[in-house]
Amino acid sequence: MPEDIIHEITILSGKNRNGVPEGFDEIRIKPGDTISIVGPTGSGKSALINDIEIFANRDTVTGRKILINGAIPPEYFIRDPARKPVAMITQNTRCLCDLSVEDFLLMHTKSRGYQGQDLVDTTISLANQFTGEPIQRKVRMTQLSGGQTRSLMVADAILISNTPIILLDEVENAGIFKDRVIEALRRYHKALLFVTHDPLVSLLSDRRIVMQDGAVAKVLTPNGLEQSALKQMLAYDAAIARVREMIRAGELITKAVPA
Amino acid sequence: MRLIIVAGPPSTGKTSVIKQIIRSMPDFRFSYLKIDVVVATEDEELAAEFGIPTKKVYSGDLCPDHAGIMVMDDAISWASDQKTDYLIVESAGLCLRCTPYTTQSLGIVVLSAISGIHSPVKMAPMIALADIAVVTRIDLVTQAEKEVFREKIKSISQGIEIVETNAIQGTGLRFLIRAISEGPEITDSKAITLRGIPPLGVCTVCIGKTSIGWQNHFGVIRRLDGADYLFRGE
Repeated sequence: MPEDIIHEITILSGKNRNGVPEGFDEIRIKPGDTISIVGPTGSGKSALINDIEIFANRDTVTGRKILINGAIPPEYFIRDPARKPVAMITQNTRCLCDLSVEDFLLMHTKSRGYQGQDLVDTTISLANQFTGEPIQRKVRMTQLSGGQTRSLMVADAILISNTPIILLDEVENAGIFKDRVIEALRRYHKALLFVTHDPLVSLLSDRRIVMQDGAVAKVLTPNGLEQSALKQMLAYDAAIARVREMIRAGELITKAVPA
Repeated sequence: MRLIIVAGPPSTGKTSVIKQIIRSMPDFRFSYLKIDVVVATEDEELAAEFGIPTKKVYSGDLCPDHAGIMVMDDAISWASDQKTDYLIVESAGLCLRCTPYTTQSLGIVVLSAISGIHSPVKMAPMIALADIAVVTRIDLVTQAEKEVFREKIKSISQGIEIVETNAIQGTGLRFLIRAISEGPEITDSKAITLRGIPPLGVCTVCIGKTSIGWQNHFGVIRRLDGADYLFRGE
């Protein structure tokens, strides 16, 4: 439906814990944008993500207001799961559902009103681009590692939930290629906001929202100024991934690993 | 006065949701009744935290939902004597077949997102007759599980309002609070009836006979195969 097409999300500022207005007027986000949310523990990162997930309308502790295409979103955006434009991937990497991967995905596609197997296949193969440990379709969800579950949930949000806005709460953990996740989210033209403590993930985003005392302290737009640091972090990350694979394969690592 | 009936299995977060309701509506006067079997401290917690009138009923050997139905009328009189805007009645949550919601009330069922995706189907009557389903611990499940869980609830009751929350933080409760403030008022307390019919309990098991097998019982009985229900006795 044309009125459901999201061109822009606007975050209108609220107040910090002491009632002081936040350090911005509005933040505009378009599909394809990647924004990282950084700051110390307890600085309000998850609260910001939550405000977006429920389209706060000055009715949460932060006092923020979220607009879609410049207006207050219709209620069905918030309440009808099939039309809600936001998927949230939490820090939790355990799936409670004791079904095989394919049954689980099939159940999700059915609950979204799709029929057929093809989406299940593409979701698993996309997830396998994110993880070094391939996911088999017959394995039970509860047997997947943290990284595999995370990878599958990101792929599921992109393809099955297929929402234009994806929120990630601390995607980093072993066994997931963060740069590939972010690249895929750009490719599928999703507006992506993620809470992160990971330097590489932060540098990979177009903008950084810096949180402090429950409020946005500033919004940084590096515009390429961080290229050399990003190159360096990518090399470090690749080195760490290589060593991880060597250790897993039972090798003895007797000399420095080139970054 | 308005009546809110909160049902749902044990440990799904009914009391946390109730606390968030009271916290979110500071301008109103609440009374609270807890029905349980042997132990409940929720009434003391709520009285201590909010300074509101509270009561509890222990059902003992009586079915707790039946006990709740028995005392409901007295509770309404008690709450209106307390000059209450909202009476919240919290069920024991032991029986998923009993549905303690009444007319002239707002019926809320509280489910936990981590109770497994098939749990809504197992407590169908309790969901089917409720106005609102509140899904707690939503922060502990994946997006996909959240969506499937919602669909399972919808499959039992297409028109039910669903509110998802992390009840400890109180996230996402704005629609619940709105539904409560727009909920029905008690217009004629003598005309209040149950919305659904509770299950039968008229056999010799009810009076404490512990033998197993229908051959040892009288009243409304059933066998493994064949007829659904039979009456046995005089």
